[in-house]
Amino acid sequence: MTLLRLPEPDAGVIGRRGLITDGLARLVGRDCLILDEDGRRAYETDALTAYRRVPLLVVLPRTTEDVSKVLRYCHENKLKVVPRGAGTSLCGGALPGEDTVVVCVSKMNRVLEIDYVNRIARVEAGITNLAISGKAAEKDYFYAPDPSSQLACTLAGNLAMNSGGAHGLKYGVTTNNVLGLKMVLIDGTVAEFGGGHLDAAGYDFLSLIVGSEGQFGIITEATVRILKKAEGARPMLIGFNSSESAGACVSGIIGAGIIPVAIEFMDKPAIHVCEAFAKAGYPLDVEALLIVEVEGSDAEIESLLGRVAAIARKFDPKSIEISKDAEQSAQIWAGRKSAFGAIGRISDYYCMDGTIPLGQLPNVLTQISQICARFGLKVANIFHAGDGNLHPLVLYDANNPEESLNAERAGAEILELCVKVGGCLTGEHGVGIEKRDLMPVQFSPIDLAVQMRIKSVFDPHWLLNSAKVFPLEIGAAAHASEQVA
Amino acid sequence: MNELLRPAASWELQSMIDKIAVHKLPIEVIGHGSLRGMGRPPQPGVVISTASLRGVSLYEPSELVMSARAGTPLLEIEAELAANGQMLAFEPMDLGPATGGPAGAQTIGGVFATNLSGSRRISAGAARDQLLGAVAVNGRGELFKSGGRVMKNVTGYDVARGLTGSWGTLAVLTEVTFKVMPLPESVVTLLYTGLPDDLAVELLTAAMGSPFDVSGAAHIPKRAAARLSHPRLKAMGDSFTAIRLENFVASVGERKGKLKEALKIYGSPFEFGPDESHGFWTDLRYLNIMPFSGDTSLWRISTTPSKAPEIVAAIEKFMPVTAFYDWSGGLVWMEVPAAADAGSADVRRAVAVRGGHATLVRAAADVRQSVDIFEPMRPEIDRLTRGLKSAFDPLHLLNPGRMYAHI
Repeated sequence: MTLLRLPEPDAGVIGRRGLITDGLARLVGRDCLILDEDGRRAYETDALTAYRRVPLLVVLPRTTEDVSKVLRYCHENKLKVVPRGAGTSLCGGALPGEDTVVVCVSKMNRVLEIDYVNRIARVEAGITNLAISGKAAEKDYFYAPDPSSQLACTLAGNLAMNSGGAHGLKYGVTTNNVLGLKMVLIDGTVAEFGGGHLDAAGYDFLSLIVGSEGQFGIITEATVRILKKAEGARPMLIGFNSSESAGACVSGIIGAGIIPVAIEFMDKPAIHVCEAFAKAGYPLDVEALLIVEVEGSDAEIESLLGRVAAIARKFDPKSIEISKDAEQSAQIWAGRKSAFGAIGRISDYYCMDGTIPLGQLPNVLTQISQICARFGLKVANIFHAGDGNLHPLVLYDANNPEESLNAERAGAEILELCVKVGGCLTGEHGVGIEKRDLMPVQFSPIDLAVQMRIKSVFDPHWLLNSAKVFPLEIGAAAHASEQVA
Repeated sequence: MNELLRPAASWELQSMIDKIAVHKLPIEVIGHGSLRGMGRPPQPGVVISTASLRGVSLYEPSELVMSARAGTPLLEIEAELAANGQMLAFEPMDLGPATGGPAGAQTIGGVFATNLSGSRRISAGAARDQLLGAVAVNGRGELFKSGGRVMKNVTGYDVARGLTGSWGTLAVLTEVTFKVMPLPESVVTLLYTGLPDDLAVELLTAAMGSPFDVSGAAHIPKRAAARLSHPRLKAMGDSFTAIRLENFVASVGERKGKLKEALKIYGSPFEFGPDESHGFWTDLRYLNIMPFSGDTSLWRISTTPSKAPEIVAAIEKFMPVTAFYDWSGGLVWMEVPAAADAGSADVRRAVAVRGGHATLVRAAADVRQSVDIFEPMRPEIDRLTRGLKSAFDPLHLLNPGRMYAHI
């Protein structure tokens, strides 16, 4: 896949590499730098592997002060900076350029304080998502947002992308679970936003920073909300003859005032691949499958799943199966969570991340099939039905350049369709480089100008993770006009 | 009286702002004006009310989403939601009466522009957390949108959410889209009596640390409790520590029993069923227990729950206070005697050393002119705040000085 243009690197900067290395080594020590080509190559891409650029050099800071020194140096020398966590971005959010300094916070991964009385955890931003819950589990607490990559992805990346997960319907996404941030601005200033209290003072900078894709600063610490685990949780499987029935059933459940912690939808191709891989016990003779999970005590779960089953029966289900025990529950989720890996085993795939209004599901699925058929491609669909987040996985052969291009073209059409039906380009993965050029499909030039001016408030010279989020020409023009002003 | 403009369409609002920009007149942005008594007093100029931008434009109960034009009365929205068994989960507070304004006059735009969330904020999130999208006109006269109507959306910066709590100083909201939730089938409130503030907050945080989805956790010390509208509570002359559970009938029953067992060292509570619960939490939501008075000033303090009793005690050393705690202690409402600085120096110092921030909600106009209303900003935040203001409203037309003298 190579449809996207990347900016030409600045040969002048590359020529000064030795000087820059010495400058940064004086500030943070040479042991914080990765200089050799093999080492740097490990940072050339993220989970959007079709695009690769070996960065100028990589800095692995140990403290907020290190980050501050590095950014001040880069600001003074007008060097581009790409912040990085674990590099699990699916949209090229951590893709560097040959002339950029990568600042990777993965060594800053300590839990600084867990306050169970006030239900908050203060952590360094390089900690992995799962490690927060792992630590809090000692007292049966957890950190709610659970992106699929939670084993590897860092909180820093979650904050940059406002990551979601399967349980967003009940617990919200990253932005709803963050109370405070410490962020280093591009000139090296260390700024603190919010804190251990529930509402931050003044303008809602937390809202703007979370989801700003590393373009406003480098977050080094965060205070997040932790929650007590529910007494228990159990999923059920409901199979349908059509996606219409499945969608209507989801509406019926929510319309009845039940908010399950998760409602996951899989279409037939997704069901078959996952079942073959994980032996999750999914019904194979259905067109659509819902996994509905509720929480509470055993009695509550029993009663709630009973209600859900009663609603489901109104929508002509082909099968209803309530998980019998913890083992079966684990199997059911193993199937869903292995979906991407399972599909990856049979084919290369391009994972889309649009969001659509639930009522549009049958229509959108039909049109997605048509779009993919037109490009001669197959597709499997996974859908966080509770919150409308749709993940079509477009299957293609990465060794076939023509098919790769077609996958990218089909993907763009699918996302345009999501916007057309009232949804958006990305529900949880972010824009990065991947959806950069599609932004004008969703936003007017003024909508984009409003956003880009905020970028300029934080980063007047557009040094931080530039060439992402906004189409290159539009971004360059906005940046240039800001310089004149 | 300043000239009052009531645009009925966003293009009309745009053209008004364009014209006003030529004369660089300050614009006071209001809905129905229920909160005009809060914040720094407006500068003479033009008043723009969103009251004629009215009506629900989208409501999909099964997708938990509603869009409404900014001037739609909150009461109208809540009535329509209730008719479908739904609600705004964050229990928007009405500070109108407590600040000398009308009651029940809020608009949905004002609710999000001020981000004032009620007791259920601890479990359901704040107003800001429910906002999915917005259309607005900034001080440049530009009509822009951000977010959308779907629950999960990370396309571009979260500008809509960033406008919450900006008090109309960045842009005038014309339409908001937000998440709604089902009304609970049943409600119960457990009321513990006679606990001192520190023990009460300990109980509240313990309740929040249970797996039972507590949706309200408040402590009303004696002096404030004497103002509760429930006759029995008023007469008891005691403090009340309240925990609310909302869920399906069977769940409420089961969870209530487990919670009482877990908290038994704090005593044996009495219970309010749905009707009495509603009355009790309504007293907090409309701040009925801190009614308007020229003799007192009112502060709102946001802090880490366990620090709250210390903050109240520290301020009490300097002046008599009437306070109550919401958000399991994380939110303190506090009346202090009206004074030239509304007790600002002592309140701010007590909060600063323990973490959090304080907002002066009610004081005489001359006091609000001279004392910081919102927490004074550190230099780096001040720089970003000024930058954001310039990005949206470079001529400082929209509510200039409403939040901070220079913004």
